[in-house]
Amino acid sequence: MGMTIAEKIIALAAGKPETHAGDIETVTLDRLMSNDGTTHLTIDMYNKLKNPHIADIDKLVWIVDHNVPADSVKTAASQKKMRDFAKEHGIKFYEGEGVCHQIMMEKHVRPGELIFGADSHTCAYGALGAFGTGVGCTDYLYAMVTGTSWVMVPETLRFNLHGKLRDGVYARDLILTIIGRIGANGANYKAMEFGGDGLHSIDMAGRISICNLCVEAGAKTGLMELDEIAFDYLKEHGDRQPKAVFAPDADAVYEQVYDIDLAEIEPIVAKPHFVDNVVPADEAKGVKIDEAFLGSCNNGRIEDLRVGAAIVKGRHVHGDVRFMVVPASRDVYKQAMDEGLIDTFIEAGAIVMNPNCSVCWGACQGVIGEGEVLISTGTRNFKGRAGHRDSYVYLASAATVAASAIAGEIVTAQD
Amino acid sequence: METFTGKVWCLGDDIDTDIILPTEYLVFKTIDEMKPYAFSPLRPELAGRIQPGDIIVAGNNFGCGSSREQAPEVVKALGVKCVIAKSFARIFFRNAINNGLLLIENSELPDAVSEGDEISVNVNEAIDYNGKKYHIVSLPDNLLEIIDAGGLVKAMRRRNGLEN
Repeated sequence: MGMTIAEKIIALAAGKPETHAGDIETVTLDRLMSNDGTTHLTIDMYNKLKNPHIADIDKLVWIVDHNVPADSVKTAASQKKMRDFAKEHGIKFYEGEGVCHQIMMEKHVRPGELIFGADSHTCAYGALGAFGTGVGCTDYLYAMVTGTSWVMVPETLRFNLHGKLRDGVYARDLILTIIGRIGANGANYKAMEFGGDGLHSIDMAGRISICNLCVEAGAKTGLMELDEIAFDYLKEHGDRQPKAVFAPDADAVYEQVYDIDLAEIEPIVAKPHFVDNVVPADEAKGVKIDEAFLGSCNNGRIEDLRVGAAIVKGRHVHGDVRFMVVPASRDVYKQAMDEGLIDTFIEAGAIVMNPNCSVCWGACQGVIGEGEVLISTGTRNFKGRAGHRDSYVYLASAATVAASAIAGEIVTAQD
Repeated sequence: METFTGKVWCLGDDIDTDIILPTEYLVFKTIDEMKPYAFSPLRPELAGRIQPGDIIVAGNNFGCGSSREQAPEVVKALGVKCVIAKSFARIFFRNAINNGLLLIENSELPDAVSEGDEISVNVNEAIDYNGKKYHIVSLPDNLLEIIDAGGLVKAMRRRNGLEN
């Protein structure tokens, strides 16, 4: 019986020749990522263990990215706990270098790996053919101490992409369209697997954006087939060698197969307060905005900043709008400076901030007040996600966000 | 199997982790400090009114969103005996079990029950409400063992003879 990519990765991590959806396997994890959202809880639990120890220190990557720099005494204490523990135990540690998933993609993820991250958007790693999945801090602790965990092998939804996105339409529009189609729990407990000739027309930034958002359909992970674009990315980012390169078997069993013509995708907006509450961007036009955010693990890469900068170049952010631009990593930030994009944003009146989760995290930078409206390239638009419980978040592509920042209301770049 | 009766609080579909506990409170040092803010974006009064032993009943996809473990922890800390929903998001499901919070899947009860009603739960068998029995999808013994111990860490300690 054939296997999907998810089944192959789990079988390898379980040391078995084969496994299939519904099986429960004990697996050895390849990498364990944790950030300042919950690591302090993991440390508290760890310190209460009778014989605490870490199975394989080299597999741990800890990243302070959610509240950078610390915005309160409480945050400072929580981050200090994480920093001190990482130093004491020799854990690979990043701070201020960017959003955790971007750093993992730039520096650590290898194809074929099974990775736990104490963050729901860990599913992004599938853009490099790795099975990344979000866990809570107790599952993380168990994996950190034992090196293992249990996973149920997920059913897989297969997405065959055909053709090419039209100009002005982006991977983010594609994944929002898919989430709208299958619903916020349409892939609950399942893997979403992407392939087909159309995938070759999507760059790495777009692929990461797609896999990263799979959790918003409830998915355990998003996974992609690998091609030269992915191998080039690995080569350019530290010349990383794959653990294994998997394609699905021809007779792999899927719960459902979707065929998507990329040329039919159009600019999309997800309206408050659910990611699957999507409409064609045209239908959201005219909504007045108070803030716009270009950044996050979903859309803060150099490709996204280029799109945003091209739109705001030579124009000025609307007088009633704060436009926050936050590169996803230090490397992205430097590249954007080299290309003059940061100048462009600043001259247009944007507020450019240091790499971190920023507005998408909703508790430090760019928090919005009562009744305010944000248009965002972030990951979520839940009620209260960006600040006051009576505020409104619209999700859209970098192009729509930048164009709206100039217009003061939701418009598409075509307007 | 354990049986208990409790008063119901009704919530809808897609109750996400930002509703269960908004981001700004995650950095608080203790779960007790976070308690007053549970469910505050949706129903600011709710946390103050939930009594130990109460039951939350909700629709599809309860707990969707982030992996923040403070979400199931704060629900448990409020004294909620169990959450009954049409379905649960997967990260929340694991986190709840790992923290000893009982979750029950049932597709019919959420549409039948009203807030303030009392229901009886016979774990892994049925929910009794208004003279009707609603079937419960059972949890395997190893997960019930974790819930019974109060979470994964406590269950491991118990298994290793460090705790009763």
